Amino acid sequence: MNGIWTTLLGLGDKLAAHVLLSASAIALGIAVALPLAIWASRSEAVARTTLGFASLVQTIPALALLALFFPILLSLRAVFGEGLPTLGFLPALLALALYALLPILRNAVTAQANLDPGVIKAADGVGMSFWQRLRLVEAPLAAPYVMAGIRTAAVWTIGAATLSTTIGQPSLGDPIFAGLQTQNWVLVLAGCIASAGLALIADALLGTIEHGLKTRQRVLTFGGLGAVALGILAALAVQFAGRSEDRIVIGAKGFSEQYILARLIGQRLEDAGYAVGYRDGLGSAVAHRAVSTGAIDILVDYTGTIWTNQMERSDNPSRDAMLADIIDWESRTSGTHVLGRLGFENAYGLAMPRARAQAEGLTSIGDLAAKAQGMTIGGDPEFFERPEWIAVRDAYGLRFAARRNFSPTFMYNALRAGEADVIGAYTSDGRIAADDLVILDDPQGAFPNYDAIVLLAPEAGEDERLLEVLHPLVGAIDVDAMREANFSVDRESDKLSFEEAARRLAERAGL
Amino acid sequence: MTDARQALLEFRDLHKDYGTTMAVDDVSLAIDRGAFVALVGASGSGKSTLLKAVNRLVEPSSGAVLFDGEDVENLPLAALRRRIGYVFQSIGLFPHMSVAENIAIGPRLVGERLPEARITELLELVDLDPAMAPRMPDELSGGQRQRVGVARALASEPQLLLMDEPFGALDPVTRDALGERVRALHAKLGLTTVMVTHDMAEALLLAERVLVMDEGRIVADETPHALLDGAGGDIAQALVAVPRGQADRLAELAR
Ligand SMILES: Nc1ncnc2c1ncn2[C@@H]1O[C@H](COP(=O)(O)OP(=O)(O)O)[C@@H](O)[C@H]1O
Ligand SMILES: [Mg+2]
Repeated sequence: MNGIWTTLLGLGDKLAAHVLLSASAIALGIAVALPLAIWASRSEAVARTTLGFASLVQTIPALALLALFFPILLSLRAVFGEGLPTLGFLPALLALALYALLPILRNAVTAQANLDPGVIKAADGVGMSFWQRLRLVEAPLAAPYVMAGIRTAAVWTIGAATLSTTIGQPSLGDPIFAGLQTQNWVLVLAGCIASAGLALIADALLGTIEHGLKTRQRVLTFGGLGAVALGILAALAVQFAGRSEDRIVIGAKGFSEQYILARLIGQRLEDAGYAVGYRDGLGSAVAHRAVSTGAIDILVDYTGTIWTNQMERSDNPSRDAMLADIIDWESRTSGTHVLGRLGFENAYGLAMPRARAQAEGLTSIGDLAAKAQGMTIGGDPEFFERPEWIAVRDAYGLRFAARRNFSPTFMYNALRAGEADVIGAYTSDGRIAADDLVILDDPQGAFPNYDAIVLLAPEAGEDERLLEVLHPLVGAIDVDAMREANFSVDRESDKLSFEEAARRLAERAGL
Repeated sequence: MTDARQALLEFRDLHKDYGTTMAVDDVSLAIDRGAFVALVGASGSGKSTLLKAVNRLVEPSSGAVLFDGEDVENLPLAALRRRIGYVFQSIGLFPHMSVAENIAIGPRLVGERLPEARITELLELVDLDPAMAPRMPDELSGGQRQRVGVARALASEPQLLLMDEPFGALDPVTRDALGERVRALHAKLGLTTVMVTHDMAEALLLAERVLVMDEGRIVADETPHALLDGAGGDIAQALVAVPRGQADRLAELAR
């Protein structure tokens, strides 16, 4: 329990970011929904179209809606120029505002439709103009219902905002995603408690305003409004007090190794006097785009990932040739700077329990192909979509009886529990040694090389001092050191925090 | 019969159609200053449409309405509606405004504040306790609400009072009392009043002139006395037959 308290107390800036993002999204939702509702109240067709559109948006999973704004904003750069952000606050704001639209719009339209027609007739009869009728009659009568819609929207938005972590916007989703990755339930719980608590507080305050409007008690209405404003102001203060302009932002994809390496780099930069921020839990494709567009400054990526996913290559050259090609491609396409290899590889491999492999006489993927028909393969959701998997599958003619998706952490539990026979594992994962697994040989070289490399955003890559501080990292971390560090945060008891694991890794690597 | 020069309200060849429905079909009519006119007819005969054409809640398809000699089309809407008090069947009090705010709404729309003394005076005119001023409409009975509706219609000191089935939703006792009160106010304030009703008895008892409408046309234009003497044609007489029959049966019972 103590752990949760200290974790909760450390969430101040995530909470502030979450409050500001949610409040902005709801405000934008209101700003769009209310004029639409007024228009809709004057035209049946508009009412049907807008409500239909808003309902359609609701059917898109929030995660997908957030992700969709990346390509949309990217294409809008043709209009608004290269300065248009494609990750972080802007796409999160737009997606969440769209999401907030429906409840506000629906309640506002329903409120108007349900206004007593006699009252509307009377408004015209006493000589009110369009705007007088709206201001003096329709708005005050619809206000409690509109407020109820805003209240629903607020609860939804605060919940969905946790997902904006995946597109590089800090939020209370950061601890949730980090915790899910490493089965660190304290982190997950802290994130959930904070976002649920925030939703409850927002609901109570907006409920007070709604009640005040309904019963015409100005004290309640203005008291509630004041409390909401205070909360937003406090969040603004936290956000902008801690902000320094030349902060170095380090990205991390959503798995343990990435969190640890980001902290390791961050600690090193802080020691050298830099202000540092983190963007955690980025999707793989999002992370690479983030560094190449300067949304983040530093990212640890993997040669094979860039080779197959970003460069869309299917050949498999030697390590050095691949790295040389990548360095050239990055500098040509975006100006992203490749600092160099960290020293270890985190390849994809097919892993299974050593005892089982020995009993069945399996040492290579070729051996596995003969027995795969009776086996279940597990992998993370990305794995089966990746070109690497397709290449391996086709090279060896792998036909499994079933395949199942797990989050990376649950994958190892599944293997232990016999729910999967083979998994698509990461070779630097500490649990390979801890669970006594073997990685099956890849004699055909179908999996490409996955050397961990450090990428710097175009602008950061020109900062000589930064390069100098980071340079000792090159070649400093071997796979055993990385596995140990990964295991220290992934294991079920005695978990280290990412910061602590990073410190120990730096020490072991002599940094 | 009437001299156009002293008419406050005049309809000239007025038509209003809603697609294939002729709501008002060629009505020409003059209403004298100071008259109390009842407009009677079955539901759907076009009474409300005719009334609404006066303060331009309805735009005519053709023809014109003259108010004090001027085509209402040419009068500024706000000014026109200020000169006309309108009482609705649905009462139409604004539920989020107090009694005082409801009464003061007309002047407020043109940026004027109605003095408290005037609100008291208006409440007294419609037989309400001035202490009711701060109450909300949902704290009043139906009859009290319609009294506020009448007070609101009188707030801007209109020349013309239009009432669309003003007492339709009220119980008979309240209805009778309020009818008498309005009749007295009409005389006291020198109003010209047009009251729509589907109740011929009410029309006969309150008005000095009864218009009967059927399918958009005025089919009878008589004094109550003439109607009771059998004038006005079949439709009008069918309407008069109802209260007369009731009165006869009541007289029978009393014997
Ligand atoms: N806004 C409207 N749209 C279409 N038809 C209407 C409208 N208002 C009235 N009508 C039609 O016009 C006719 C006269 O209506 P109305 O003037 O309300 O009658 P009354 O008040 O005598 O009951 C009816 O047939 C009614 O259905
Ligand atoms: Mg009517």
